[in-house]
Amino acid sequence: MTFGEPLATLPSLRHSGVTEPAPVRWLLVSAAAAFLGLFVLVPLLAVFATALRAGLGRYAGAILHPDARSAIRLTLLTAAIVVPVNALFGIAAGWAIANFRFRGKRLLITFIDLPFSVSPVIAGLALVLIFGRQGWLGGWLDARQIRIVFAVPGVVLATAFVTVPYVAREVLAVVEAQGNDEETAALTLGAGGWQILSRITLPKMRWGLLYGIALCNARAMGEFGAVSVVSGHVRGETITLPLHAQILYDQYDAVGAFAVASLLALLALFTLVTKKYVESRSRPA
Amino acid sequence: MSIVLQAVTKRFTSGGTPAVSGVSFEAPRGAITAVLGPSGAGKSTVLRIVAGLEDPDTGRVLIDGEDCASVPVQKRGVGLVFQHYALFRHMTVRENVAFGLSVRRVPRKEIAARVAQLLQLVQLEQLADRYPAQLSGGQRQRIAFARALAVRPRVLLLDEPFGALDAAVRRELREWLEQLHAGMGVTTLLVTHDQEEALELAEHVVLMFDGRIAQSGPPEEVYDHPASPAVASFLGGANLLTAPVFSGRADFNFGALAVAAPGWARDGELLQVFVRPHDLKLRRVRSVQHGLAVARVERLKRIGGYVRISLALPGGEMLTVESPRAEIDELGVAVGEPVQVDLRAARPFTENTTH
Repeated sequence: MTFGEPLATLPSLRHSGVTEPAPVRWLLVSAAAAFLGLFVLVPLLAVFATALRAGLGRYAGAILHPDARSAIRLTLLTAAIVVPVNALFGIAAGWAIANFRFRGKRLLITFIDLPFSVSPVIAGLALVLIFGRQGWLGGWLDARQIRIVFAVPGVVLATAFVTVPYVAREVLAVVEAQGNDEETAALTLGAGGWQILSRITLPKMRWGLLYGIALCNARAMGEFGAVSVVSGHVRGETITLPLHAQILYDQYDAVGAFAVASLLALLALFTLVTKKYVESRSRPA
Repeated sequence: MSIVLQAVTKRFTSGGTPAVSGVSFEAPRGAITAVLGPSGAGKSTVLRIVAGLEDPDTGRVLIDGEDCASVPVQKRGVGLVFQHYALFRHMTVRENVAFGLSVRRVPRKEIAARVAQLLQLVQLEQLADRYPAQLSGGQRQRIAFARALAVRPRVLLLDEPFGALDAAVRRELREWLEQLHAGMGVTTLLVTHDQEEALELAEHVVLMFDGRIAQSGPPEEVYDHPASPAVASFLGGANLLTAPVFSGRADFNFGALAVAAPGWARDGELLQVFVRPHDLKLRRVRSVQHGLAVARVERLKRIGGYVRISLALPGGEMLTVESPRAEIDELGVAVGEPVQVDLRAARPFTENTTH
């Protein structure tokens, strides 16, 4: 009977939710572990192994090379501009979406996600179309000696476009889950806008904000596609860390390429640690 | 510090059905007034309009005789308590209660004294350094009351304050609120869908359906003299019977019951009467007598100390009866058997509701 089966499995369902026999469970878990190991862990280890293959001296040499140092500087500069801007945007978007009814709210939420669905290369090409010498604003900018494409501003703009969603999404998730009752309560208790923002909303957002900033930072430093299109690869000027790694690799300098890449890999590990920390702190007591 | 609403209307979508439509009532000073109704009736919107969180499209709100139209939320002097507490989760209990005073830049010493006083009032001094997540629902709501009262609000607004609590805690907190209110006498507006809560706590009840006031008055008056079937059904539950009026009276159930028609009911119109389930008395079938109808027992459910019985009248109408268990056990009522039911408690509504 079709009735008998579900009834028979009901008690075990209620207790653990797992009904598969042990060998099946074992197989599924090892498949997941093998997949992660093969596609995530092994490449990550390969980066460090290759970088250190020729010894620490060679590793340090690759990182301290003037071109590498210039790439590190540009990458840090880009992140230092893009991350605060996106953090402010994320706070503003989270604040507005949580507290106000306005026209186009859903549209705003959709547009925040747009950079996720647009290929970074397209984003870079779009910037070239607008700011490039043949672009819409090219003549105007040229006449004023302003260079955006194939210069640092282009790198910053491309990175900013690609990283727009990171902080805003994390903040929005927190804000939407918690609603705005606390803000309303603060308002009836006599608090003004800035008091509510600094004493209620920002503390409420803080873990989402921190994690969003970590993610945004990692992506800002690691972005390749969009930056590659607008950079123009001017040596010592518009080369970021990922571009530098690519250039070294193209010159058959695997050790140098991987040494530079290992810096980005360390950044990824740092981001993961931040994530774990934030998760442990933001879980309700 | 009375609250007066005058013809307040609020639409959230232009051209759509109003969430609140032409609502006027007065919440007398020092009393608890309950705004009662099913979910979606517009009760919370009324409360948010009084608080200043929403602006009415038309109409006025007066607190203590003062028109509030140009008074922002922060200056209205309202204390708001939410269904889900809305405590500041990153602050301790003490910081929560102190918040309203500290944003007003009250001196520290004064804040500490006031917070201590309020924690004592809600009997939770020992929890001052805990975080909201470490408290039970009932404790959280008491802290929310303390936080709202700390700034000495002119009026207290409660939005389903016990809605998220389980039945036992709800009953306990209801008694606690009654005592708290008796000690302070702050004008209070209580929004609830729980009729028992409204009847128990409020001195004045405003019953709302679909954004309009269906009836308002003291709870006993609204309960005893409901204006319409909807009011009677929502407040206390009611059996409804309908019969046409002839020469000033309506005969129900093949003449078993005659009710004198009220002035507004003309001959030929249908008259609707109601009778509360606990006002119906059962007895064994004996002689035919005015007001007594014979009915068949369809269902019988024992619920703790009382019994709920479904009866079918010969005309097919169903009646619900609620009687003390001892009474029914003594009578020996059984499903499928006939029983005589006393309909004489049936009364017409105070308003003409058949149109």
